Amino acid sequence: MISRESGVFQTSYEGDMALYTLPLARNTTRVVVALLVLLPIPLMMANNEHLMSIVTTIALAAIGAIGLNILVGYTGQISIGQGAFMMVGGYTAAILSSRYGMPFWFGILAGGCTTALVGTLFGIPSLRIKGLYLAIATLAAQLIIEWVINHVPWISGGAQSSIYVDNPELFGFEFNTEFRRYYLVLVVFLLAFFGAQNLVRGRIGRAFIAIRDRDIAAEIIGVNLFRYKLLAFAISSFYAGVAGALWTYYLRIANYENFVLVVSIEYLAMIIIGGLGSVLGAVFGAIFIKLFPIALDLTVVSVSEGVFGIPYQDVANFLANMQLFLFGALIIFFLTVEPEGLARMWEHVKRYFRLWPYSY
Amino acid sequence: MEFLFDLTANGLLVGLMYSLVALGFVLIYKATSVINFAQGDLLMFAGYAAAVMTGGHGMPLWAMVLVLCAGMVVLGFVLERGILRPMVGQPVVSVIMVTIGLSFVLQGLVTIIWGASTRELALPVRFEPYIVGPVYISPINLVAAVIAILFLIGFGVFFTRSRLGVAMRAVADDQQASMVVGIKVPRVFALSWAIAGLAAAAGGIIWGNQIGVDTFLALVGLKVFPVVILGGLDSIGGAIIGGLLMGVIESLAAGYLDPLVGGGTKDFIPYVLMILVLFIRPYGFFGHETIERV
Repeated sequence: MISRESGVFQTSYEGDMALYTLPLARNTTRVVVALLVLLPIPLMMANNEHLMSIVTTIALAAIGAIGLNILVGYTGQISIGQGAFMMVGGYTAAILSSRYGMPFWFGILAGGCTTALVGTLFGIPSLRIKGLYLAIATLAAQLIIEWVINHVPWISGGAQSSIYVDNPELFGFEFNTEFRRYYLVLVVFLLAFFGAQNLVRGRIGRAFIAIRDRDIAAEIIGVNLFRYKLLAFAISSFYAGVAGALWTYYLRIANYENFVLVVSIEYLAMIIIGGLGSVLGAVFGAIFIKLFPIALDLTVVSVSEGVFGIPYQDVANFLANMQLFLFGALIIFFLTVEPEGLARMWEHVKRYFRLWPYSY
Repeated sequence: MEFLFDLTANGLLVGLMYSLVALGFVLIYKATSVINFAQGDLLMFAGYAAAVMTGGHGMPLWAMVLVLCAGMVVLGFVLERGILRPMVGQPVVSVIMVTIGLSFVLQGLVTIIWGASTRELALPVRFEPYIVGPVYISPINLVAAVIAILFLIGFGVFFTRSRLGVAMRAVADDQQASMVVGIKVPRVFALSWAIAGLAAAAGGIIWGNQIGVDTFLALVGLKVFPVVILGGLDSIGGAIIGGLLMGVIESLAAGYLDPLVGGGTKDFIPYVLMILVLFIRPYGFFGHETIERV
């Protein structure tokens, strides 16, 4: 079960083409999924809702990051509008649920589909422009969507631009505790993760990669640029919409402040730190970006209180700025030192242990 | 009709200030093909430094300007050497991201060092507006416009007359060919960042004086994207005309549309316009159309 290979010894074509060439890989996947499913049990026993909420937030962020990575990492189309697309999904779900009494699963699907539509619309310029120009176009998309949602009372619901929704409910089962909501998010996350992995392995994913590597060459070998670029935008925004809708149901409020420009950049940072063009990398990035401020909080507070005896209130302001500063510094550090991100580091580790202990 | 004149004149003056900031963008893009998302933050940094020097330390204006310009030029060199040089040959998204990272670093740094409260950046200019026929012009706007024009003329002369300026244009045109004729391309890259720092210093003083110095000053950088897209990312003339145009459009939108929809169109119209330009003429009015070959 835990045997590793020490070389490539395939004797059949099927063996060579298999998704998991070793039982180890397949079993690792199973174990990780099982652990994720069982995770709330010890937390529930310890009654640690805070830790549960952190894990849920990471899973939520990972959904959005995977979507963005499909667009940016696999297809090579830059988007600085992921936050705004999540906003569209979030508000769609909130409006459907709070005003029309739709069930949450419908809200999530509708949020995804509406966002896919909006994303495709803003993806149309990608047919003519690329690189820097596309980055600016999606930046405009972010600012325009933000403005429209804030300034159209029918969407934003008036005061503070926030809409409240009820707890999601399925067949009389109410997702009313932190632990129950975790399962809701986990199911969607697993669907999103394995869906994306299968997508990028298949025909569509290969077309995306061809477009990223050289779009004109891709067109010449028969990839329909128009269709696949828009498809990439649609899929990516669908993910964003689903993530945004889930956010809304998780927090039970749709508020634009959760999806502003900085959030879009945070998502970009996730996939860059995690690794462009890697589904697993997006998850790593989400974990890293979400855990980083928490870890920083803990260290700064413990150092300032323990060593200097300064109470928390006095360092709170410094902390916020320090976070901003270190966030930027981390992005620069990763880009200049390890441009392929955590996913590549993970590959190094795996490669090392592949032949361990006889790595001659 | 008088209202229209007033709006247009003020729009033009504000537009010149946009042009000044846009200039920093265009310079860096032209020479190094990097979009500098941190230009607004460089400007904010310069504004803070200026406000601290005149307000906190009571430096005379001329000394402050000298120190600030020198400091920003050095900062430009350092940034190019430390952050941008390793990014040569990386995908576009990484290069964009590194400048975004830089903008966070600058914002964090500024507030850690100098605090987040709004500071004033006073210039010795009288307050009452000049009245030319139907048009009210505040003197500070006029000063800003004059500085912007001086800068723009200075750059114009630099790029056409000086050896370095011509070398920079050559690099912008074709990096390999300019290496062949003996231009030191890395040095030109560094220089363009230094000049962008200089433009940020000028922008920081002017904008800081106009809207006050705090972290919101960095948002001027976002406003400049429509300007450079409209004019063409690699055209200095385009930056000037784009800036003027955007200033007028903003001013007219604020004057005529705001009463209809309840405010805020200033932050909306430029981006819609920008998207339209990207649809129709992505390389802007004066930019070069790139032709791709496999």
